[in-house]
Amino acid sequence: MAATASLTALQAKFPAVTASEFRGQTRAVVLAERLYEALEFLKNEQGFDLLVDVTCVDYLNFRDATDRFGLVYCLANTATNERLIVRAFVNDPDPTVPTAVPLWEGANWLEREVWDMFGITFAGHPDLRRILCPDEFTAHPLRKDYPLQGRGERHNFERLSREEA
Amino acid sequence: MALDLPENIVLSKLDTLASWCRKNSLWPMPFATACCGIELMATGASKHDLARFGAEVFRFSPRQCDLMIVAGRVVMKMLPVLQRIWQQMHEPKWCISMGACASTGGVFDTYSVVQGIDRFIPVDMYVPGCPPRPEQLIQAIIDLQDKIQREGTVDGREFSLASRQQTIRALVELPIQSQWDSARNPMM
Repeated sequence: MAATASLTALQAKFPAVTASEFRGQTRAVVLAERLYEALEFLKNEQGFDLLVDVTCVDYLNFRDATDRFGLVYCLANTATNERLIVRAFVNDPDPTVPTAVPLWEGANWLEREVWDMFGITFAGHPDLRRILCPDEFTAHPLRKDYPLQGRGERHNFERLSREEA
Repeated sequence: MALDLPENIVLSKLDTLASWCRKNSLWPMPFATACCGIELMATGASKHDLARFGAEVFRFSPRQCDLMIVAGRVVMKMLPVLQRIWQQMHEPKWCISMGACASTGGVFDTYSVVQGIDRFIPVDMYVPGCPPRPEQLIQAIIDLQDKIQREGTVDGREFSLASRQQTIRALVELPIQSQWDSARNPMM
């Protein structure tokens, strides 16, 4: 269900919000500076009690793109079955957004994954470590400027021979 | 040889005897990480019945195994685990790299997937296929048994560096059954 009323309320409170709809999915783009306020408003006053997913898109070299990273927050209201996608754009050199962990505990690991894969810093996150890649990994591999075959990370292991094992 | 032996006595070498014991009681360690693991399970199950070749005792502790079957892709985060499990297995031990992913990385030519486990641990036998059928894995185990029988020694000389630098004979192709019959019985 498209969250029409909630979107209208969001736009009334945050005039900079632009909205669009695609195949029944409502999407609201908010300014990164006011992202936490918007999420807080949607959770506490519009009843979006479930954070379904946090992910990110790297728009490097994407046609007509003006910003590099587009964060995606998929929200759901389990009482009315409404869904709303909140987006915010951040840029190099230090892409940072406030963490959503105080609102939804489930944001913890989702934000760790976005940090691991895209290098977006979530300010105030209680435990911003890598979650998928090994701890000693240095890159953020889902960035578009990271080579598909890596920078040699998969070869940096000692070789076991018959004599040693 | 003027040895007067009774009919139920066979002369052999200790190496041959040890290899004969080893090859017919392989205890596999299933390192199954992907879809090859399903075929590995099918190989051990009743239809294909790996027990016919003495290798049905899958153990999930590396300390009880002597044959590691790496079935599926190995990512770089998993590789230290693979190496540690290999080191925990007791000698003599062998390794089968099952499927395209374990052998070469397969279609997963990405930053996180190891492009062939033989870059980091020794491998005795490679099984092609994506995933290989149980018959192919059984063939690999038969070929490995052949290798153990021909190259095995009691003190593990075949694993030493000097012997590995020698030219290794190509495996003897097992004859197809019909050729086998016609070779033995030209009248068939």
